[in-house]
Amino acid sequence: MASRQHSSSNRTAFWQDPDKRAIVYQVISLGIVLMVGYYLFSNTMANLERQNIATGFKFLDNESAFEIGESMISYSAADTYGRALLVGVLNTLKVSFIGIIITVILGTIIGIARLSSNWLVSRLAAIYIEVLQDIPVLLQLFFWYALFYQFFPSPRQALKPLPGVFISNRGLVFAVPAHHPVHFYMLLMALAAVVGSYFLRRWARKRQEETGKYFPVWRVSLLLVIVLPLIAWIAGGAPTAMNIPVLRGFNFVGGLNISPEFTALLMGLVLYTAAFVAEIVRAGIQSVSHGQTEAAMAIGLTPGQILNLVILPQALRVIIPPLTSQMLNLTKNSSLAVAIGFPDFVSVANTTINQTGQAIEGIALIMAVYLIFSLTTSVFMNWYNKKSKLVER
Amino acid sequence: MKKFCTSSIVVLIMLMITLPSLLWAGETLDSVLKKGFVTVGVNGSLFGFGQPDEKGVWRGLDVDTGRAVAAAVFGDASKVKFIPLTAVQRFTALQSGEIDLLCRNATRTLSRDTAMGLNFVSVNYYDGQGFMVPKKLGIKSAKELDGATICVLPGTTTEQNVADFFRSHGMKWKPVVIEQTAQLSKAFFSGRCDCLTSDASQLAGARAVAPNPADYVILPDIISKEPLAPAVRHGDDQWRDIVDYAVLAMIDAEELGITSKNVDEMLKSKNPKVQRFLGVTKGNGKALGLDEKFAYNIIKQVGNYGEVFERNVGVNTPLGLKRGLNALWTKGGLMYSPPFK
Repeated sequence: MASRQHSSSNRTAFWQDPDKRAIVYQVISLGIVLMVGYYLFSNTMANLERQNIATGFKFLDNESAFEIGESMISYSAADTYGRALLVGVLNTLKVSFIGIIITVILGTIIGIARLSSNWLVSRLAAIYIEVLQDIPVLLQLFFWYALFYQFFPSPRQALKPLPGVFISNRGLVFAVPAHHPVHFYMLLMALAAVVGSYFLRRWARKRQEETGKYFPVWRVSLLLVIVLPLIAWIAGGAPTAMNIPVLRGFNFVGGLNISPEFTALLMGLVLYTAAFVAEIVRAGIQSVSHGQTEAAMAIGLTPGQILNLVILPQALRVIIPPLTSQMLNLTKNSSLAVAIGFPDFVSVANTTINQTGQAIEGIALIMAVYLIFSLTTSVFMNWYNKKSKLVER
Repeated sequence: MKKFCTSSIVVLIMLMITLPSLLWAGETLDSVLKKGFVTVGVNGSLFGFGQPDEKGVWRGLDVDTGRAVAAAVFGDASKVKFIPLTAVQRFTALQSGEIDLLCRNATRTLSRDTAMGLNFVSVNYYDGQGFMVPKKLGIKSAKELDGATICVLPGTTTEQNVADFFRSHGMKWKPVVIEQTAQLSKAFFSGRCDCLTSDASQLAGARAVAPNPADYVILPDIISKEPLAPAVRHGDDQWRDIVDYAVLAMIDAEELGITSKNVDEMLKSKNPKVQRFLGVTKGNGKALGLDEKFAYNIIKQVGNYGEVFERNVGVNTPLGLKRGLNALWTKGGLMYSPPFK
């Protein structure tokens, strides 16, 4: 019998075996992809060579010879293309990172407001969502940008809402504490406070599980974050010198300047994306059945506790995956910066492409950078998603 | 809608990759003849050089240069299709074969002539970069611009020139870089920048359409050489010659005193130079692979360089530009054509 079975399976031709067929299909499709890829690559290289167009990434070491409006690292026209592109990457990161944080906070607030039992609040939230979702984000960017340069006065007639704060069509300029070595120690203390809060929270949770005693972690943590740097400041002699912006020549000198381009881009992206996030949050909360709320009320939890301990942990499972894609959208939409003059990565890369003529390398860099941003965000959010999954006991 | 500039570049690259190699030596003319019109990349929003008027008819010095090429190739200046391109898109569009010819106030430079795979032909406008500021700032020279915020177009030689200028004078500045010319001008005219920098002709064009043109002044400093010339792809010498001599024909015609009005009378001229130029004496057309009457067609339908200049950017237009460097060499300018023989 055994030998017969063996021979019969031997006789099954490989095209009749679904597993083997699947392998064959995979190999064929991989082969086609590779062939198309090779064709595109070789054809491009041949065409470039025929037209004597330079190729390769050597241009990254050449002097860029163009200025960039705002930069988080020191940069001048004498630096290389590589550094110019790095400035662009950092600018994109800056606007995406700040944008994502504000968007999540604002979107959550609006999403919760949408479900408020207060008629006016929930209507206002609904109007916000409907209006901002339905206007293309590029138009919103133009709107905010135009608002800045059309309605705010020139630097010489700048608005002065507070001493040391100036608003003009060149952006928001405000006084910051003048540089002092104690600032570094204040930062260290703040970091220490954050780390301390983390351990405090672990200890408090453990204690609550063991003894049932509640410890006000948030209030104590907040106190730590404020008091520790304050101690460092007083120990450093309590320096109060300020770097106050002064109108000199064309513009303000000194202080910290937030440009209209950055503000317009941030506002446009945040307000637009927050509308989508609000809907996601609303859907997530509604996915938790009302019985849970009633049960929580029955055991005497406060409304804040119900939200934080019962509803949000369950809603998060529904919220996180679509929230991730909204975060990615915000990052990708930040490339619309070219339209309103914020020097993001695409803007810098466009100038680089035009000065060097190496469009393929430039576009490849743009794709690689956005891919890395997106993958990093995804990996982080997937990790968080796994962490917030319902743990069944 | 998203990333309008980048996506268009991506499309262009896809085109570059997938287009079969129909673009090589001697084949541009064949493909142009086959499709029946010349595809010309132009500015699209630069008054006096390349912009459709209120009736949708393309107008401008660069546009007329494109028409001259169509007149030379087809004997019909209307067999031309204009494609508006931003500064960032323009060279990729030419490299990829989307356009046959680029007439978009592009400056001829060494790197564009070599590493970018382009060939520039004879200059159709000698320009130089200048600065425009609001009159009320009371500035007299570009050297007073230390600390200024300056509006500038991306992807142009302008961006480098202004960086070079400020570096060499040890001055600081802040760029605001916006891709669309119209958006950039709007930002400047509403006060986002202290100064707008570009080629002097472009500044005049922007000022001509400003809300209050009289409130702005173009500073006398010219900080760069900007020889603006049409460009073609590397590797097709015949097409390059055709475009080059279409530009030169307009210049030579002005020197010979041939205009769109008197060109028919000039056919009877006894001057051998005029006879050769207009194809009465044969030879020039055949050498270029064109009709013997190509120069006649250009002048008859488009006009000589002087006519084209005065019609689009001259003193009687809103731009009000003087001939200056763009006068004929016989009148102290730089416009000089090799002999047509």
